[in-house]
Amino acid sequence: MTNVLVCVKRVPDSSGEVTLTPDGLAVDGRYSGYTMSNHEEAAVEVAIQVADATGGTVTVLTLGTEDAVEQLRTALAVGATDGVLIEAEPDAFGPADIASAIASVCRARESAGTAYDLVLLGNDAADTGDFQVGIRLAYALDRPVVTGMQTVAVQGDQAELRGEGPEGTEVYEVPLPAVVTILEGGVSPRYPSVMGRMKAKKAPVETVTPDAPSVGSGRVGLSVPPPPATSVTILGEGPSAASAVVDTLKQLGVVGR
Amino acid sequence: MAELPATAKCVVIGAGIVGNSLAYHLAELGWTDIVQLDKGPLPNPGGSTGHASNFIFPVDHNREFADITMDSVRQYKELGVFTESGGFEVARTEERMEELRRRMSSAKAWGIPAEIVDPDFVVDKVPFLDKDVIIGAAWFPTVGVVDSLRAGTIMRERALDKGALTVVPNTEVTGMVVEDGRIKAVETNHGTIEAETVVICCGVWSPKVAELAGAKIPLTPAVHQMISVGPCPQLVERPGEISFPIVRDMDTLCYERQHGSDMEVGSYAHRAILHDPETIPTIEQAKLSPTELPFTDEDFDPQLEQALELMPELLGADGAEIRYAINGLLSLTPDGFPILGETPEVKGLWSAAAVWIKEGPGTARAVAEWMTHGNPEIDLGHSDIARFYPHQKTRAHVKARTGESFIKTYGIVHPSEQYTSGRDVRLAPMHASQQDLGAVFFETAGWERPHWYESNAGLVEKFGDAVMPRDNLWDARWWSPIINAEHLQMRETAALVDLSAFAIFDVIGPAALDAVQRIIVAQADVRPGRVVYTPVLDDRGVFRSDLTVMRLGKDHFRVVTGGAHGLADKKWFSDRMPEGTSVVDLTSAFTTIGLWGPAAYEILASVTRNDVSKEAFPFGSCREIEVGNLSVLASRISYVGEFGWELYTPMEAGAALWERLLEAGKPHGLVPAGIGVYGTTGRIEKGYRAYGYELDTERTLAETGMERKKLKDADFIGKAALEAQAGIAPEAVLCSLTVDDHTSASGVKRYMLGGEPIVSREGGQLTDGHGHHPYVTTAGSAPSIGKHVLMAFLPPAEAILGNQLAVSYMEELYPVTVAAVDATPLFDPENLRIRGVKA
Repeated sequence: MTNVLVCVKRVPDSSGEVTLTPDGLAVDGRYSGYTMSNHEEAAVEVAIQVADATGGTVTVLTLGTEDAVEQLRTALAVGATDGVLIEAEPDAFGPADIASAIASVCRARESAGTAYDLVLLGNDAADTGDFQVGIRLAYALDRPVVTGMQTVAVQGDQAELRGEGPEGTEVYEVPLPAVVTILEGGVSPRYPSVMGRMKAKKAPVETVTPDAPSVGSGRVGLSVPPPPATSVTILGEGPSAASAVVDTLKQLGVVGR
Repeated sequence: MAELPATAKCVVIGAGIVGNSLAYHLAELGWTDIVQLDKGPLPNPGGSTGHASNFIFPVDHNREFADITMDSVRQYKELGVFTESGGFEVARTEERMEELRRRMSSAKAWGIPAEIVDPDFVVDKVPFLDKDVIIGAAWFPTVGVVDSLRAGTIMRERALDKGALTVVPNTEVTGMVVEDGRIKAVETNHGTIEAETVVICCGVWSPKVAELAGAKIPLTPAVHQMISVGPCPQLVERPGEISFPIVRDMDTLCYERQHGSDMEVGSYAHRAILHDPETIPTIEQAKLSPTELPFTDEDFDPQLEQALELMPELLGADGAEIRYAINGLLSLTPDGFPILGETPEVKGLWSAAAVWIKEGPGTARAVAEWMTHGNPEIDLGHSDIARFYPHQKTRAHVKARTGESFIKTYGIVHPSEQYTSGRDVRLAPMHASQQDLGAVFFETAGWERPHWYESNAGLVEKFGDAVMPRDNLWDARWWSPIINAEHLQMRETAALVDLSAFAIFDVIGPAALDAVQRIIVAQADVRPGRVVYTPVLDDRGVFRSDLTVMRLGKDHFRVVTGGAHGLADKKWFSDRMPEGTSVVDLTSAFTTIGLWGPAAYEILASVTRNDVSKEAFPFGSCREIEVGNLSVLASRISYVGEFGWELYTPMEAGAALWERLLEAGKPHGLVPAGIGVYGTTGRIEKGYRAYGYELDTERTLAETGMERKKLKDADFIGKAALEAQAGIAPEAVLCSLTVDDHTSASGVKRYMLGGEPIVSREGGQLTDGHGHHPYVTTAGSAPSIGKHVLMAFLPPAEAILGNQLAVSYMEELYPVTVAAVDATPLFDPENLRIRGVKA
């Protein structure tokens, strides 16, 4: 029975054009709406698969304002058991602050009788890209950490982790409890079912407040890089374009030469 | 794709269902050199068409919508993109069942197949529906789904094949060039294109585009939430897009529509989520498309539960997931009707906006006809963009009204139901007095008009059963027996009616006579001081309006018309003014007070030094009189069949005139009477027709019993058509019918409210020469003859005095008898009262 804690962050959906807030300190989610990153969606899916396989539970955690409960409910709708909101202004929290706050929750839950065998996070946040919280959290909890993994299989008190590395598939075996950051691509995150969505409405969400003052991220501003030069080539119009399309498909190796 | 041409005859902006259909129909009607623009790519540029649920329920309580929808279905079928699925409207409550019975009336009236069925019938066709949740349903076998994007592509291609159309996608309109109130050119990010006709078919963006030219299209983008759940095992095995009927779960304001292996659940139950056209994301900013906004779960959660209740096995099936969920944007207008026609602000700039999939091709055909011939075949009176008064075009009004009406999309809406938002905007000068008299206000064109006065409640007792009380709550809603009591008191003594809502405009200038003569059917060349009631026709000899015209001077005419249609009338006149003659709007300058009844003469005579006797002041004349120290233009006409006047006085003197007349009338038993009398009981007893009810652009003088023995010598619009119609029997005849027995099966007396089908005594369908089925255009009490009267266009063979027919109301038949087959009044047929002849 593996109890998993999976950590997610409410971020603006950045699949469209990225717009910054007027102060340049954040991404404007007015049009795109809010979501969690693809890595975190994968982490939630991994967490649910591990819990399902071992008969364990999944707690989903976030640090943010009351609005971030929406992301907790998204995870609850696909099968997480309960949620924790560390209520705080996320922009005032740097990676060290967040790791420390999550560690506090882990310790508090452990004293209350729920120890997390596995803590999963996304490989990096979609908006700030810090790549730090997982490692700092592992350090704070004194646990092993592996980053950039794509699947997790638990056998007893060992976990086998797999991820795509530059030389091929990397396989790690780590003792539990451990911290793992997940990279998208290894699992297909599920959509919620109607029942799941209704269950999520009623699932318990505990709200806690951070127990230490935050240091911050030291971030002074964001900028949007200029869009990459367009590489669109118009092959032609109507039936006369057919041969050019075939040539291109051959070049790409999509059809045989 | 084509380069942007430098000029075009017509620019169609938008490539959604409306723009595509319009480009096609313009080409069909012979237009060439049409250029169609869209800021997005083809075939789905990112507007509301792209995410529409694409199903069509043909039934609507409104005939204009029903006709347009039927024409659209016909077109979709011809394009090969229509799949008939059938559809249910299911009821969870008895109140809804009653509404479904009322929908049967509308369906029969418009000729749409429909029947009331029990839950077993529903489950037989939709086996995954939990039949214990519903108590019955309405079955519409001709419901279906369409591929609106494919339809648009085919229509564009047809116009392209004709060589009439150039399509330029990915081109955003950035400006409009207007000179002397006329559109000259459209500016885009790819250059400027000159055109004398431009049509805005931009859906939710239309207000923003219109504003570039200084015109207003008062609609708002509003969210309609939709999710798609699948794959559902019950659907997976079936071939094609749809094999189960669509279900509208009316009481929860939701629908369930199969789409391949998924079930789409759409909702009109959530809070109204209104946007501004300026803040819709760009194509680049949007995650899916600009009109598919991020889904807000919490707004949809209650509907999820209700949908699961209705279809537990399907929506709760293993593996069925919410794969797609959007806050889709669609267009809503303050009165629920589309916004069509040439903008009043800019000549040559047209609007075809706030049109849904089910109305798209039909609307486009009608607008194309309008652009080509000056008037469409199907009456679009309710949708005319000219209908909006300035306050109705404000963003605040649009949001208030759409915010109120959104959750009524599937609601049970009484035909007389009043809005609660956006009220108290246009107040008559005597408004305070009316409030003191306990007026119950209904709104027309923003005006607060007393419908009846609680101060007259005592009259109900006086007249007893003659007020024709109504026991059924639906029939008695938005109604009071006081209306009928006011009516009877008016017939006995006199009544004072506030008519401030009239639209009034003057035609002034050296060519005023020629201009008016050309527009109206009646002789305009009368001596100053005459007032004429006249139809206004279009070139085809069908109604564009009916109104009164006073000749005040050699070059000076005053036109008085109803508030609801007044601005459309003003535009009709303004568009036809010769050089040097102009139309001046005086609506806000004058108030009008009607004084009518057997005692009207004594009352007016007691406060004026002028001779207002019937001999000195004949019917059909108007003149300035003095009422104490007030100057009043009195016009001796009547819409209620009584001797008396319309009294015009400057708005600021209206309260004073009102008080003096009330005071002077007291000894005679004068009462204030509401629009309930003026608009319904008074007029229906007299067989007076009303524009928008009996009269519209589908009706001729002959059909309405208003033909003239002789046409005037002068030429006028519609004259040639009238001459061509002469001697040809009409296809339908407007009749007045009386209800013989009101008793329903339950023993409660029922009173029809309008819109019900007229059938044979046995319930058989009747059909007129147009292929239409007769329905009640106006229903109302005729207290002076003790009857409930219905007006309806009957097939000529049925238009026989004494003919015994029936009216179908709430799925029961009530016997009716034809009481008039022309404009002959049921009450005082000799018009003795109007003439002031004592009976």
